Amino acid sequence: MSRLLREPGGPADLSEVELGRRAYRRGRQQRSVLVAALSTVAFAVVMWITLANTPGWPRVQETFFSWEHAVRAFPAVAEGFLLNLRVLAIASVLVLIVGLAIALLRTLRGPVFFPIRFLAAAYTDVFRGVPLILVLYLVGFGIPGLRITDDFIPGEVLGTAALVLTYSAYVSEVFRAGIEAVHPSQRLAARAMGLSHAKTLRLVVIPQAVRKVTPALMNDFVALQKDVGLISVLGAVDAVRSAQIATAASFNFTPYVVAGVLFVLLAIPTVRLTDWYTARVRRREQMGAVV
Amino acid sequence: MSAPLLRLTGLRKSFGEHEVLRGIDLELHAHEVVALIGASGSGKSTLLRTVNLLETIDDGVIELRGDDIADPRTDADRIRSRIGTVFQQFNLFPHLSVIDNVTLAARHVHRVPRARAKSRGLELLDRVGLAHKADDFPDRLSGGQQQRVAIARALATEPELLLLDEITSALDPELVGEVLDLVRTLAEGGTTILMATHEMAFARDVAHRVVFLDGGVIVEQGPPAEVFAAPREERTCAFLARFLG
Repeated sequence: MSRLLREPGGPADLSEVELGRRAYRRGRQQRSVLVAALSTVAFAVVMWITLANTPGWPRVQETFFSWEHAVRAFPAVAEGFLLNLRVLAIASVLVLIVGLAIALLRTLRGPVFFPIRFLAAAYTDVFRGVPLILVLYLVGFGIPGLRITDDFIPGEVLGTAALVLTYSAYVSEVFRAGIEAVHPSQRLAARAMGLSHAKTLRLVVIPQAVRKVTPALMNDFVALQKDVGLISVLGAVDAVRSAQIATAASFNFTPYVVAGVLFVLLAIPTVRLTDWYTARVRRREQMGAVV
Repeated sequence: MSAPLLRLTGLRKSFGEHEVLRGIDLELHAHEVVALIGASGSGKSTLLRTVNLLETIDDGVIELRGDDIADPRTDADRIRSRIGTVFQQFNLFPHLSVIDNVTLAARHVHRVPRARAKSRGLELLDRVGLAHKADDFPDRLSGGQQQRVAIARALATEPELLLLDEITSALDPELVGEVLDLVRTLAEGGTTILMATHEMAFARDVAHRVVFLDGGVIVEQGPPAEVFAAPREERTCAFLARFLG
């Protein structure tokens, strides 16, 4: 019997050529894992030695990385962080709704809708252009100045509004790109069977657009996760503000690091999820390709 | 003969400077199968698209059962829901399963309850030989299977008229047969069909009437036996000679 034509079945039936190839690949893979591990360790050691040998290191270590101050500040910072999470939850839902609405307004056709299209376009231009910190100040101090209500409006509410204004502008552009990326023939097929413009959008265009832009949306979500820390400038007692209060009391900056670590821990799962999803989409689109 | 299902009178359509349809007169009766033949760019596809109002016309009248549907006051969605269309590139919805593709119009245009739409959809899929693929997504199907699903989708709303726009042109040669066999069955079952095609042998077999378009006008029409065997016009001769070799 030929070396290549054996009975099909388990891996034992593979040809010698293939077994050789697999052994070679396994060897290469073990080697690259080893190289990666060694180079990571070497890099960490070099970084550590370099940092630890700077003249100011003991002082910096005490001011920024004091375990004692970290433990003391943690409860207040963590409580503030819960406010950040609440703002994040509410803002992200609102951003999706407003962003999609703006995107849909910009896709309206016909001269009747020109003012709406124009306003939607102007909105995205303005709020993508103005720095978030300015929007926070303008909303945070401008809205109360209108004296719509005599009640005090909490900083976190105004902060959420400012975040929604800015992020909706970005997200609407993401949605619009997704809507425009759905091939016109899809619209044609939907309209040909008698679906109205609105139903075509809802049942055919938007579901496909959302799938196309999910990685980009998740990326914006990661950005929003850290920008919720900026509501502290309006006096909301969130993680950043709590850290600031603790720092002012102790003249030690460790609480900021504690807050930073909490934000990073929040970001890691989303970032991983985004990477995984993007990779999955890429795999599906290049089925069978090696590169 | 009874009043025609579809009547086109003096139909004109330009894209910019280019006049694609230059005065088309055509009648189509219920249960009739009419094949539009002609070179690429002769206006076949544009003609089909004007009939289900995917293109506005520049002049002329389109009557469906006696109603002028080109009138801007008609509800175009309503008219389109009475006409089934199958495209060259299938245009299935990739985010919906096969059965959801087939039942979409029934459920959302004709408001058929979900369960009834589904059982009717499965019946249709069975008719095109794809009931076992009902829950698959279109990207798992071959081109021929996708086109058969697209035909089932077009039939799901029991249209009065079926428009087929070169439905085998995007298929590999070995997949053309399964789609044409299906269309033949539909034609024999009495479905009214207006199709643009490059499949001359198929047009000769299945169509009751062949319409030869050239330069945006109907040059010649008649029973396939006459048009193919003894074309009266010189342009028809030239076209058929090129096509049939």
